[in-house]
Amino acid sequence: MTLELKSAGVSFGGTLFAGPRKRALAPLDLSIGATPHILAVVGESGSGKTTLTRLLLGLLRPTSGAVMWNGRDVWRLPKPEFQEYRRAVQAVFQDPFGAYNPVYRVDRMLTLPALRFGLAASEETARPLAEAALAAVGLRPAETLGRFPHQLSGGQRQRLMVARAMMLKPSVLIADEPVSMVDASLRATILETLYRLRHEERMSLLYVTHDLATAYQIADSIIVMRDGEVVEQGETVSVIRTPAQSYTRDLVAALPPPDPTIDWGLESSS
Amino acid sequence: MSALAVRGLCVEFASARGIVRAVQNVSFDLAPGERLGLVGESGSGKTTTALSLLSLIRPPGRIASGEILLDGVDIARATPSALRRMRAARIALVPQGAMNALNPVLTCGAQFADLFAAHGAPGGTARIAKLLASVGLGVEVATLYPHQLSGGMKQRVCIALAIALRPAVIVADEPTSALDVIVQKQILKTLLAVQRDIGAAVVLVGHDMGLMAQFAHRIGVMYAGRLVELAFVRDIFATPRHPYTRMLIDSLPGFGARGVFKGIPGLPPSLLTALPGCSFAPRCPRAGPRCTVEMPQTRILEGGGEVRCHDA
Repeated sequence: MTLELKSAGVSFGGTLFAGPRKRALAPLDLSIGATPHILAVVGESGSGKTTLTRLLLGLLRPTSGAVMWNGRDVWRLPKPEFQEYRRAVQAVFQDPFGAYNPVYRVDRMLTLPALRFGLAASEETARPLAEAALAAVGLRPAETLGRFPHQLSGGQRQRLMVARAMMLKPSVLIADEPVSMVDASLRATILETLYRLRHEERMSLLYVTHDLATAYQIADSIIVMRDGEVVEQGETVSVIRTPAQSYTRDLVAALPPPDPTIDWGLESSS
Repeated sequence: MSALAVRGLCVEFASARGIVRAVQNVSFDLAPGERLGLVGESGSGKTTTALSLLSLIRPPGRIASGEILLDGVDIARATPSALRRMRAARIALVPQGAMNALNPVLTCGAQFADLFAAHGAPGGTARIAKLLASVGLGVEVATLYPHQLSGGMKQRVCIALAIALRPAVIVADEPTSALDVIVQKQILKTLLAVQRDIGAAVVLVGHDMGLMAQFAHRIGVMYAGRLVELAFVRDIFATPRHPYTRMLIDSLPGFGARGVFKGIPGLPPSLLTALPGCSFAPRCPRAGPRCTVEMPQTRILEGGGEVRCHDA
């Protein structure tokens, strides 16, 4: 199960009324899913991180190059294979508040995909699957199922999104800033859930973040993006301990040391 | 002489299921020029406490009891006209969502002019240019509309507005939570520089203990509406006395061991029903029999800190 980008890039505009041509993502090669792996994609706002995830999820068509699933172009897959790709590549998004339809109970978030992807024949048979997925992310089904989204905390909602993705047994999970809107106290719990998916469920993850500290905790390798281009990539510890690019050093330096005796340089003028 | 004194602050929200006690008996003093960090998870009452300082709690919420003393005036009981005179001039807010805190149909310059007019303060383009320069923005920003600015620039404009009348206290409610890490550091540098310049005290609300370690002189930790620990930043990191404070510090990711996670299991209690004992007891690794039956009172520690815990 391999998800690849082959010189895939995205540009916008350049036609008569669409304004000047603007490159969102420079042509990029990337492969994930062949072996369990966590790849962190880091960079500031506007660096192309989200465009990259939208390509991999088949939500955005590359304007050059191709997105390949097991060696075949995602945008040319016949329907049954496309359906299989849709199941095997799952997403967890940044905002656990906007991801839910507020008028439905959260159960629907779990039973609907189970039915649509043929994992269960009825809502009754979907329920054990939903309960198992909830347990795997540390949620108690009795305290979660039957509730409406507003009755759950942000951390619970985000773990429910992870549970929904896991239930479909994907090969690749694309997590776009999954902890940036969650409290610091819950961040560690959600990261641990993601980490265990790779180490225990043999899933691959693309973890998008602007926080190098969390990338350091869970990722096997890192790519650093800026202005739509990959500026640095490599094994996690070496990228963070010995960054080759000044931009990567800036990202590392932007993290506040959680120790008041270490000077972060807030008082310097630069 | 403190810049601001909070005494026994209680804030309640009326809901269909009963009274939600969002802030319970919070007291602290803020020295002139001091930077106080208020940390806690969602629903801990940190933002409610911060907004109370400007009497910005709207129905169904209300300040049920307590005093907030600034210049000898109790903000909690002040008349609307007195509040209008004090806000921005004596105590100013840097809001959480800089994205939508500015008026979208006015240029940034017009928002400064509004503020000066409302307080009868001398304004003018030169004054606005100077304020914008103090937060690292060019004079041309005065002619731009908020949608023409990036998130970081909007937050800088909000800081410039907050310091425009040289208040004694600045309340900053998670001013960087919507920004990415590089911009976050620049904004904090700006806030620190202007705070020093005008000598204002700052209450910084957030959930990132790492940021607080770098920014605050003292840190107040809130849990379920109560201030459970308040101490100088070095003391709180060196010897956290409340188990919750320790767990918050331990949960911070660092560049040490990888794949080690120290989340805080469990959930905070409902604020609808008062537990007889300590509200952290259900999640506390050190909870004893006394903790579930008797509410710990605030104790003053050697070195000036204070803690609400039987075991600390």
